[in-house]
Amino acid sequence: MKTPLKSSLRLSEKHATKSPVTMAVSPKMIKWFSQSWMLVVYVFLYMPIVTLVIFSFNDSQLAAVWSHASLRWYAALMKDNDLISAVLLSLKIAFLSALISVFFGTFTAFALNRYKRFQGRTLLSSMASTPLVMPDVIVGLSLLLMLVSLQHWLGYPERGLFTILLGHALLGTAYATVVVTSRLREMDSKLDEAAMDLGCQPFQVFRLVTLPLLVPALVSAFLLTFTLSFDDVVLSSFLSGPGYSTMPMVIFSRARLGLNPTINAVATVTITVVTIAVLASSFYTSRQERNRKREVAQAYSDMNK
Amino acid sequence: MKNISIRNNISSALRKLIDGRHFVIGVPYFWFLILALVPLLIVLKISLSEMESTEVSSLIEWANGWPTVKLNFASYMFIATDALYYQTYLSSLRYALMTTVICLIIAYPFAYFMARSPKHIQPTLLMLIMLPFWTSFLLRIYAWKTLLVNNGVINNILMSLGLIQDPIAMMNTPFSLMVGMVYSYLPFMILPLYANLSKLDMRYLEAAADLGTSPFKAFWLITVPLSKAGIIAGSMLVFIPAVGEYVIPELLGGSDTLMIGRVLWDEFFSNNDWPMASAVAVVMILLIMLPMAIYNKYQAESKA
Repeated sequence: MKTPLKSSLRLSEKHATKSPVTMAVSPKMIKWFSQSWMLVVYVFLYMPIVTLVIFSFNDSQLAAVWSHASLRWYAALMKDNDLISAVLLSLKIAFLSALISVFFGTFTAFALNRYKRFQGRTLLSSMASTPLVMPDVIVGLSLLLMLVSLQHWLGYPERGLFTILLGHALLGTAYATVVVTSRLREMDSKLDEAAMDLGCQPFQVFRLVTLPLLVPALVSAFLLTFTLSFDDVVLSSFLSGPGYSTMPMVIFSRARLGLNPTINAVATVTITVVTIAVLASSFYTSRQERNRKREVAQAYSDMNK
Repeated sequence: MKNISIRNNISSALRKLIDGRHFVIGVPYFWFLILALVPLLIVLKISLSEMESTEVSSLIEWANGWPTVKLNFASYMFIATDALYYQTYLSSLRYALMTTVICLIIAYPFAYFMARSPKHIQPTLLMLIMLPFWTSFLLRIYAWKTLLVNNGVINNILMSLGLIQDPIAMMNTPFSLMVGMVYSYLPFMILPLYANLSKLDMRYLEAAADLGTSPFKAFWLITVPLSKAGIIAGSMLVFIPAVGEYVIPELLGGSDTLMIGRVLWDEFFSNNDWPMASAVAVVMILLIMLPMAIYNKYQAESKA
């Protein structure tokens, strides 16, 4: 925190007589300090991930002691039926949960953004932000107790895929709402108004104007909620029934017992998939952005003809 | 005639009910009422019941055709009188506070430097912060186990460098817990701070410098107060979930690192005591209510 701003420093050099404190700190030192601070934080953030990947190729039974490189844990992973079926269940739940979350999240974002005044707006917005900040254990416990009471009265639902899905969808909706809201807020409302002036019905405006503009936000909301669901262990543990173990639940129960090199292999596989997906999606959004800019430029040049 | 008018009334009422506005507001309302609000009310209800063999008791009892409400405060009494609960709540708050402070100390300079780096590399720096987010949180916590155990990576490196003779016991201590907590919550502190600091108007600082303020003084008098909203948002985003954290203390903490999330989990899964688990949850909600209100207030202000 000892480092002053670069630009104000440049200014204060001019006024060196007024502020002698800055004389001691040269811009070079500040640059060095800020860069090393950032580097240390990045190393802190990536060290565990790199370790996971490196030790997945370790031959030793001891997960933290390096012997020599091998693929034996990947071979073990291929034969690990518990884990494979858990991964498949997680993928299924994550996909469905992301779809539901984006659907309800878009609704919530619209309700909160397009209608500034209605009764109970504060209640809706605080309910929508509750799952974001509430500790997982409370969300899990409360949902489970609700579902148990429901089952008591109606005899439905049994705990299993559906109940896990509901929990993940609740969490996902809250996050999707944030993503879609931020996009809606920066969107130009003039476009909607123009479409309405040209005689569009509200739903047509949504379908023809708003929705296409929202697509990038919907894609990133989908990816985010998919990851959240694929990652969750607490809600799933509360809400699942016998025979329904998601991948994080299996990993968690093994990690509790100690180090297990198969986990490193799973980790490496998921990290690879996730990295490819993130790169692909950032490529997609930047291309989308370029296309949009080109279209805007095209429209302006057409206009000026 | 009367029939037609009634039918008209009904159809117009129906149309009103399912018109765009009501539909758009109604759908998310229903969704969150069922899944967010009602469950919390049920937790409150169950915390006031008692456990009867396999079921919780009903709050309403019928006596001579009249319903009487029977509230049972036994769970709350137990929390209030048993020293273990008091200590656990206190130590949860302490660990959450420590996590928040350490995250702030690391994240503030980081976000500040990030906001001052060249504009064209900022998106990359930001993506590098977000990238670990996309990797399973559980796997990243597990990775710390590999690093911190007695024959783990860090001890092995230190011993091969000759810095230490015997391995340092880092796992299952408050230290490993704090490493895991700070590690997991750091991005939640960096992101709001960066969002705030990157919007800072540099002209204020130039004006201050022109008026002879030293950069160090300008930092404390201008930059820090202007980034108050970011500091508060980040702190609440770290503090609130950290209070109820379960996975990190379970994997990295020792048996003596008390966290309330673990107590709730054990009451529910090991002791099968639903009213007790609910009461623990209600007290936890009361504890985080104030920070949540502060967070919502600042969110509303920054949007306005």
